Amino acid sequence: MMTTQPPQETPAKVTVAALHSVSRYYGKVCALQDVSLEIRAGKVMALLGPNGAGKTTAVNLLLGLMRPTRGEATLFGRTPNHPQSRVRVGAMLQISGVPATLKVREHIDLFRSYYPDPLPLAELLDIAGLIGLEERVYGKLSGGQKQRLHLALTLAGNPDLLFLDEPTTGLDVTTRRALWAQVRRVIRQGRTVVLTTHYLEEADALADRIALLDHGVIIAEGTPAEIKARTANRRIRCLTRSAPSWIAELAGVSSVRRDGQATEILATNAEEVVLELLQADPSLRELEVSNARLEDAFLALTRQQGEKV
Amino acid sequence: MTPTMTKGRAPRGSSPERRVRRNMVKIFWLETKYEFLKNLRLPIYSLSTLLFPVMFYIFFGLSFGQGSIGPVSAALYYAVTYGAFGIIGAALFGFGVTVAVERGQGWMRLKRACPMPPLAYFVAKIIMSLLFGAMIILTLLLLGALFGGLQITIPKGALLVTVLMAGALPFCAIGLAIGYLVGPNSAPAIVNLVYLPMAFAAGLWIPIQALPRFIQGLAPLLPTYHFAQLALGVIGASQGGSAWLHLGVLAAYATVFLLLALFLYFRDEGKTYG
Repeated sequence: MMTTQPPQETPAKVTVAALHSVSRYYGKVCALQDVSLEIRAGKVMALLGPNGAGKTTAVNLLLGLMRPTRGEATLFGRTPNHPQSRVRVGAMLQISGVPATLKVREHIDLFRSYYPDPLPLAELLDIAGLIGLEERVYGKLSGGQKQRLHLALTLAGNPDLLFLDEPTTGLDVTTRRALWAQVRRVIRQGRTVVLTTHYLEEADALADRIALLDHGVIIAEGTPAEIKARTANRRIRCLTRSAPSWIAELAGVSSVRRDGQATEILATNAEEVVLELLQADPSLRELEVSNARLEDAFLALTRQQGEKV
Repeated sequence: MTPTMTKGRAPRGSSPERRVRRNMVKIFWLETKYEFLKNLRLPIYSLSTLLFPVMFYIFFGLSFGQGSIGPVSAALYYAVTYGAFGIIGAALFGFGVTVAVERGQGWMRLKRACPMPPLAYFVAKIIMSLLFGAMIILTLLLLGALFGGLQITIPKGALLVTVLMAGALPFCAIGLAIGYLVGPNSAPAIVNLVYLPMAFAAGLWIPIQALPRFIQGLAPLLPTYHFAQLALGVIGASQGGSAWLHLGVLAAYATVFLLLALFLYFRDEGKTYG
């Protein structure tokens, strides 16, 4: 494996990019509302949320591709579109393609020329898993290969900070996991990463911290474990005749949901709830108790947010 | 905070100054090279911009053109008008369609997030259009000389090629504005709607003297007319207007559409694409 020296580990206390009370409107539509966010050096921050939550807007603001309506965005302590900020950043944006008639090698060659300290072509091909495809034109690449070329272009300048905007959207499961492996390798080199995704699994697999975005507002922020702990600790699933409305009234139950035949309960005190359920309905079957998934936390948090409004 | 952040690169001997001091010549060269290769490998661009003027010249210029038009041979006259037709097409399609497509793909947005000097992107497209234009003109002159008895002195030929290439610039500006105004799917149709009628009415297919009176009356409003007259003036076959007037009108068209394109470029910055 070829390696050049990756960016050295910078203290995690250093903020490399930030939004300070940023709001952004498109006409009258509010895409981000009073959002503050700090991206720490060497960490992976995931912006997680459903489509339309404002993730891409946040990335565009941090990259200086658009200006905040209110508030301030900074990148390496400067305004984001400053050339000295730009040469330290790589961005994998949601694009539908790059010119189809240029070869892999040519695309990388061009992007390397933009930066003062680019990574060598051979290393980029290696990281992105494109060895042997140098002479293939972009239009003839598979979906996964195209996405890997986008990753190679993102890394061309040996960036300290990477933006990965929904990097695996539209990829099949195998290709997605392969791309994660490549992203992990990039993360291990000590680079800072901002990842946006609507796949909870992806945020859980890659991120050190998660900011949960919903309707332009950050509704929770923390490590994946903290986010999960923010809501129910345990998840109970069973087939029972008890009415969901009755279960919802039990102490410690934060949410009840019907999933086909089954009832899904999120509760902080799973053991006591199970006991009550069994007393009320001895015919209860197929009981499962597990740790809450990120998805459960996400649903619970967005629901809480909905109730507050 | 900035010095701390650059510390990681220190062993490679880079300072903040060095990091932004990129090799501008190399960026412009590669941007142009790949813009040219990209379009050359795209049959819809390279075949249609190169083949159509050549085909039309062979059909209408060489097969009918044994006589003369005004003071010059038909082979020379049509080499100028179809040459103008060709280079206008190379400029309008090279800008209008590629800019619309690259905006639509998000390619422009990705480039804007890079430390690429924005000018490199546009200069590359201008040079690419001019190179295609030069290939068209030289092909027509060569075909005319070989099969149509076309004769032109070297200095006059060089002046003609220069005028034709320079005259492409206003059409680059018009193409650029179209590229920012319309979407990738409608761009080729819109460009053709602008291109073909303007070419016809300016006498680029059929000599302007042979066109209906009312079209002859409208022609001086069009940039294509002034471009054609300027180029025909080099071989002494224009309708006799002042070269300065033609230059002035072309410069005005170039300025207006460049300003429009700039306005649209900055308007695009506020959107999620562009």
